[in-house]
Amino acid sequence: MRKYFRELSVTGALTLLLLALAIFAPSFYSPQPLLSLAANASVSLVVACGMALVIIAREIDISVGSMFAVCSVCAGLLAAMHWPLAAVIAATILIGAIFGGFNGGLVAGLGLPSIVVTLATMVTWREGLQWLRQGQFVNLPDGVQWFGLSQKSGQWTLVIGALVILVLMALMMKHLSAGRYIYAVGSDAEVARLAGIPPKLTVFLVFVGIGALVGLAAIMNMVQSPQVDPQSGTGMELKVIAAVVVGGVAISGGRGNLWGVFVGLLLLVCVGPALIHLHIEAYWEKAIQGVIILLAVVAEGLRR
Amino acid sequence: MSGELLQLTSVTKSFGAVRALKGVSFSLKAGEIHALLGENGAGKSTLIKIITGAHQPDSGRIEIDGRDTGALSPRIARELGIACIYQQPALFPDLSVAENIGLRLSQANVFSRVDWNARRQQAHRLLENIGAEISPEAEIRSLSMPQQQLVEIACALGAGARIVIMDEPTASLTQKETHLLFAIARELRKRGVGMIYISHRLEEIFQLADRVTVLRDGESIGTNRVDEMNEAALIKLMVGRDVSAIYPPAENEPGETVFSLKNFSCERGGVRDVSLDVRAGEIVGLAGLVGAGRTELARAIFGITPADSGEMLLNGQRIEIHSPRDAVAQGIAYVPEDRRRHGVILEMPIAQNMTMAIHRRFFPGTWLRFGAEKNLALEFIRDLSIKASGPDAPASSLSGGNQQKVALARWLAAKPKVLVLDEPTQGVDVGAKSEIHRIIRSLAKNGLAVLMISSDLPEIIGMSDRIAVMRSGTITSMLPAKSEAHTVMAAALGQKAAGE
Repeated sequence: MRKYFRELSVTGALTLLLLALAIFAPSFYSPQPLLSLAANASVSLVVACGMALVIIAREIDISVGSMFAVCSVCAGLLAAMHWPLAAVIAATILIGAIFGGFNGGLVAGLGLPSIVVTLATMVTWREGLQWLRQGQFVNLPDGVQWFGLSQKSGQWTLVIGALVILVLMALMMKHLSAGRYIYAVGSDAEVARLAGIPPKLTVFLVFVGIGALVGLAAIMNMVQSPQVDPQSGTGMELKVIAAVVVGGVAISGGRGNLWGVFVGLLLLVCVGPALIHLHIEAYWEKAIQGVIILLAVVAEGLRR
Repeated sequence: MSGELLQLTSVTKSFGAVRALKGVSFSLKAGEIHALLGENGAGKSTLIKIITGAHQPDSGRIEIDGRDTGALSPRIARELGIACIYQQPALFPDLSVAENIGLRLSQANVFSRVDWNARRQQAHRLLENIGAEISPEAEIRSLSMPQQQLVEIACALGAGARIVIMDEPTASLTQKETHLLFAIARELRKRGVGMIYISHRLEEIFQLADRVTVLRDGESIGTNRVDEMNEAALIKLMVGRDVSAIYPPAENEPGETVFSLKNFSCERGGVRDVSLDVRAGEIVGLAGLVGAGRTELARAIFGITPADSGEMLLNGQRIEIHSPRDAVAQGIAYVPEDRRRHGVILEMPIAQNMTMAIHRRFFPGTWLRFGAEKNLALEFIRDLSIKASGPDAPASSLSGGNQQKVALARWLAAKPKVLVLDEPTQGVDVGAKSEIHRIIRSLAKNGLAVLMISSDLPEIIGMSDRIAVMRSGTITSMLPAKSEAHTVMAAALGQKAAGE
């Protein structure tokens, strides 16, 4: 009970919000807008899963938004070249993994602080892309949007896909040696090393992992519209890190789990639409999200 | 007693269950050099930290000029004229001498203007005062170690220090530099400064000090005038008590040689030309002073700082170890010295800590088997009598001794052939200590080759089948089981054994 205090309190807050909506604004629960919200959120969820691993390993990756933009544009260009969709997906995930591996190589191989490395790559990829594309959108051919399905089926595919990723990764973190190693390295890299666990390789692979997930998320975002915006993913890092922190993952590494991250993300994405349905000024969204993050951090501080 | 500059009365200090100081009294006169002597862990550093205000005593009185100081903080101690010069000077390497002295001495607030000229003159005056030929403009980085110590001394005197503590100041000095430092120390004594001098080098104490106080196990064994003592008598005071029969006896004959080092060197760790054999069922104790290179040797064996020359043999086969991973794979286990930093992951449950080194073997296919993990943990909790609420309790909820047992269990689970222990009972309470001794002995009985580093002389003598003494990065003597404490201590100090 005490052990999962953070996860449970976030779940409690989410339940309260959903209850309030059920009583005061039942319109929130109309199926189609809710499905659209979920489809949108599933993009962030996939990245948040990767971010949770990175933060549990006591690192951070603030370049996810820029990697996301690069992957989106690459995916769009490949699709425009009429590659089969499966090949586009595989290639984009690979591109993401390579970009993630670049961060991971610098962090693990050279022992550089991840906040500085990913700050540098965040700016570099974003500006490089801007220079290359001059802000041009990529028009997608027919049959890419919603994977060529109806909008509703496409949205369900995204939501179910994201949940499958969540479940698989949660299982890995709890039931595989790999997950245990990530916790060990994040808690105390030196003890882990003395026990024969390779901390550098672990950190490198965690960065490769988040890159691959960003690639997948880029695909999941691309199929929701007929064009690819080269500016997509701006501010994504904040949204995702916030969800991870609110979900009870310790920023100092070694603690937290993916269920908490899932609930944390739900809480944060529900705030905006909830305000609209409760007829509160939408300007309050960011402020309320900020307060939620503060509360999470304060809870973390009090726990120590 | 009158005329005492500094007087400590019945000072006690505990860290958790460990009583570091058990009622120590100590006095220092003006114009005196008072040496403080004791084994590693005897309580010297704790005593110094209490005098400098870094630690608060649990009980006891501290008086300066006969006045009770009350609670000391580092700042108050400095204002009372206490200064400490450490082995590694605590100066800012990128700033000049004048800036360092200025920073130390001025009570400026953040916005006050710096008068550079005054600072340079002040530095110049203070350095001249102790006869040091150092330019105030020089960057600290460009100075030698003794020059840096002189800057520290200048700072201390500039701050009006009347009590100067020197903690192993000569450890990294050459003979010539040592002489210079001694000349300055004598000059300070002439001016009425009281000095506390800590050193492992007995000859220095006879050259320099007026009185000597020996600490042992957190107690003051006695204060004597140096000219009434000799080296043999001092060593006897330091090691003191006989090794009692509390250690489990060796009941087995060691078998074949399991592990050997041949001309093993690791330049980065300062380990050179070590040759050593450990047989199955044998406990080889590794004795020596702090800084003799024992931990560095262990870290080189385990691949943390891999060796750069020499050979390592396991069961007669040459093995190459470049990382802890290689060492684990070869069946070498290392329980490090600093348990809190290197031994267990505090926030992880006991069970997870125990299986950490054996994932490949214990979880084939990498799918974790929680049931098996729990059973393994329960087995070790029973066998090593670990006091814990259960296998899921986080390691942070255990006492030091029980954490050490968890660290030990992790390596026993790996079924090693060679076990290297670094200070296995440091900071462990008495009860857990003898349990750990019993465990180590029974491991050896089951055929493990054990190399045990310890600074606790009775432990080394009580546990070891053979005692290797290290000094300056290499093994200087090999002593048989049940050697006399003063023989081991003399070897560690590089002295001829007393009475031989």
